[in-house]
Amino acid sequence: MFGYEFYIDPERCIGCQACVNACAECDTHKGVPMITVDYLDRAHSIATVPAICMHCDDPTCAEVCPADAIKKGEDGVVQSALKPRCIACSNCVLACPFGIPKMMSKLELMMKCDMCYDRTSVGKRPMCATVCPSQALSYVTPERIERERREKPVNVFQFGRQTVTTKVYMMLPPEEIALTVDIVDFLWEKEAGG
Amino acid sequence: MAERPIPYEELIALYGPHLNYTPTGGWDEQREKPPDRLVKTHCCFCGQQCGIQLKVRDNQVVGFEPWEEFPFNQGMLCPKGVKRYLQNGHPDRLLDPLLRAPDGFRKATWDESLGFTARRLTEIQEKYGKDAVAMYGGASLTTEKAYLLGKFARVALGTRHIDYNGRLCMVSAGTAYKLAFGVDRSPNPWSDIPKAEVIFVIGANIAECAPITTSYIWRCRDQGGRLIVADPRMTPITRNADLYLPLRPGTDLALLMGILHVILRDGLENRAFIDAHTTGFEAVAKSAEAWDPLTVARETGVPPDAVEKAARWIGGAGRAIILHARGLEHQSKGVENCLAVINIALATGNIGREGAGCMMVTGQGNGQGGREHGQKCDQLPGQRSISDPAAREHVARVWGIAPEEIPQAGLSAVEIMEAIHRGEIKGLLSICFNPMVSLPDANYVREALEKLEFFGVVDFFLSETAQFADVVLAGSLQEEEEGVVCSAEGRVLHIQKAVDPPGNAWQDSRIYVELAKRLGKERFFPYREPREIFAELREASRGGVADYYGITYERIDAELGVFWPCPSADHPGTPRLFEGGRFFHPDGKARFQVTDWRPSGDPVDATFPIFLTTGRVVSQYLSGTQTRRIGALVDQFPRPRLEIHPRLAEPAGIATGDWVTITTRRDAITLEASVVRTIRPDTVFIAYHWPGGQSANRLTHRTLDPRSKIPEFKVSACRIEKAARAPEWVRTELPPGVPKPRKGLPIVASDQGGR
Repeated sequence: MFGYEFYIDPERCIGCQACVNACAECDTHKGVPMITVDYLDRAHSIATVPAICMHCDDPTCAEVCPADAIKKGEDGVVQSALKPRCIACSNCVLACPFGIPKMMSKLELMMKCDMCYDRTSVGKRPMCATVCPSQALSYVTPERIERERREKPVNVFQFGRQTVTTKVYMMLPPEEIALTVDIVDFLWEKEAGG
Repeated sequence: MAERPIPYEELIALYGPHLNYTPTGGWDEQREKPPDRLVKTHCCFCGQQCGIQLKVRDNQVVGFEPWEEFPFNQGMLCPKGVKRYLQNGHPDRLLDPLLRAPDGFRKATWDESLGFTARRLTEIQEKYGKDAVAMYGGASLTTEKAYLLGKFARVALGTRHIDYNGRLCMVSAGTAYKLAFGVDRSPNPWSDIPKAEVIFVIGANIAECAPITTSYIWRCRDQGGRLIVADPRMTPITRNADLYLPLRPGTDLALLMGILHVILRDGLENRAFIDAHTTGFEAVAKSAEAWDPLTVARETGVPPDAVEKAARWIGGAGRAIILHARGLEHQSKGVENCLAVINIALATGNIGREGAGCMMVTGQGNGQGGREHGQKCDQLPGQRSISDPAAREHVARVWGIAPEEIPQAGLSAVEIMEAIHRGEIKGLLSICFNPMVSLPDANYVREALEKLEFFGVVDFFLSETAQFADVVLAGSLQEEEEGVVCSAEGRVLHIQKAVDPPGNAWQDSRIYVELAKRLGKERFFPYREPREIFAELREASRGGVADYYGITYERIDAELGVFWPCPSADHPGTPRLFEGGRFFHPDGKARFQVTDWRPSGDPVDATFPIFLTTGRVVSQYLSGTQTRRIGALVDQFPRPRLEIHPRLAEPAGIATGDWVTITTRRDAITLEASVVRTIRPDTVFIAYHWPGGQSANRLTHRTLDPRSKIPEFKVSACRIEKAARAPEWVRTELPPGVPKPRKGLPIVASDQGGR
């Protein structure tokens, strides 16, 4: 969809997995989700984070593919591996700095998020960003993000010496966040010894 | 005497819950054959009633498509909404009426099963009196069905006793709002939430129980609004709370009184509003004097400075909204808790304005509409009181009977179970209610069902409760019958019929109409379709508090919902109540109500030193009759587990994945532990959606709020100990397809993240 961009804001995520379930509904991947939602550390926190393909400008997955099975379209979307070419070597799975591609061993095929090509190509928003109840995943115009959000969109990531620029934006907090890890810190009895 | 006809294990092998993962016809057909049509309707689950489009092919719901034009959710859905379509073509669907037989249940014709039902109901009423038969309804039914049930009980059966599963839902808030405001409805539309400067969420697990509401709260924060969350557990929205108040279960009233205390002590109240628009302030102000922050801290465990801060934020805001749900309501002082919220809203003048108010977050799909038109034991259509002579006269005229023929108020849901135990109620006809899972003290419920001389159930699946029935009448899913519902924000919505009921299943309303015919009451139930029931409902509600007279199916479609009250065709509806400080009492004023402290009905002591509180998870709905049959939703959270803080777990040698036995004054169950630092160290939590050995409600108690009659699910006393081995239910009760627990593997997929 022209003029729309994809924004991920993990801070908004409530871990409900609506995105995972909706992604699985796509009839091109038949019940298998191309997206994950993880607890960062359930023992210490309720924080969760969704992960979709970031659609890199220079996709590492495509660079390491010995079979030239991963293509990027003119719209910047990095596609799933082409079935006739993919040799199921898992190079892409190992090389992706964001840990996105999945090897479907039954199909001997790497599959990953293609930003709902079947939907966006006909003017619909990607399924995950449409259903997301907290809009941790949003597919909207940059103007709207600028107008409505305090967080800043970032699409340049540093992995060691590798700089990765992506089509998808990550929202970063405007100021430092303090993580709270233990309910005990909030209790009055701690002070009162109760 | 109605024990299960065959053992539980055999019943679940036959009738499920089985897990359905794929649309009817499979994924390949999904890809190759486009749907015949998309039906714009609403989700069948929670009270938010999100707009959704159902894909229909060959008279089956085979998928969904977001409905982005519907203003409330704009395409957003939770996992339950995404996967709801999988119940339509589910292999467990009841396709014929069932009659109890020596070897289980046998298929029967409608003629035989309806004839049997009518005969047994008549025999019991002739032998023991009209009130020996009771009815249960439910708040996931359309408003037409709810209205029909209320009329059926009073006109076709002539019994006082009809109540519904909403008795476990919103009745504490409903009672409080009626006392204070004269009306039982959230005063504000959801679009007000982002406009507040401060949002205070107390006793509401928004992210898991009303997921779309999260987006409204986040939008408030985007614009600089501050979020206060009070809960014994860190629920997912707590991650962005600006202030978190981890109160002890059952102490909400103390916290709310403390906040009011500081507001009044520091002169943050709105005197002009109080003087012009309210009564009873002085008595409430006096009652708040005792609740200084230190006293509150001792009772609640919330630090005094946090109480002060919450009060200053709420009292200092130009616009504040308080959101509350079952956490406040499910207590023996549930009404007081809700009244204490209202007292804060009134004292600060946060009511009747954009972005300012107190809002109950209604839980069930038609939790609002289902309690407005007559299936509550003490109510007639239009939120009218059954003891009000004028109300009885109006409704009797619409029904074509004499006012004195309408029975007086009957017993509430839990009280009906108690009356069955006492032998006063001998027959029960139930729909949309699974008390074996949802009522407290589940063993007591089972004993009651076993005592019934006749038990009839209308359901689309054989629920844990229907297993005890003498007759099961195969009814319809939400998408199989047209009607209206009212969402949590008071918006009346149109449910479309997307498909016909499968096999020989019938639309629910047809079942009751045909049953009325067999009871000789045909002329009072002449309806051929839901539209005719709605037409009568509009008349019955006319002039009442919940006035639907100006609402039609066509208006709802054109306006994407109409907020009641809507007394005439040219009335625009009422999204926000109490504008200009006008309330629904005859004097137009809101009433402050004094709230007395009362201890829990199941206090902690040396033997049972730990608080047990119960609640929900995002992938399950109510008793799980529907959602425990949908594969992906079960995978997301296959079994209940015990949430416990390491301070409590470590001395007992309990680690994540260990079996732990939880014992209360009723019973004991054994579940896997999930050791987390996100719950108070004096409290454990269990989600309640499961039956049998996994049932949290085997542990809960039957103490009721004296006015709302809601059970105290949120506060029980328990003790815990590490169990030596896996419990029996792992071997005998897990439905086919649900993986058995294995030590070392994550309890739920989401525990380790993803799948």
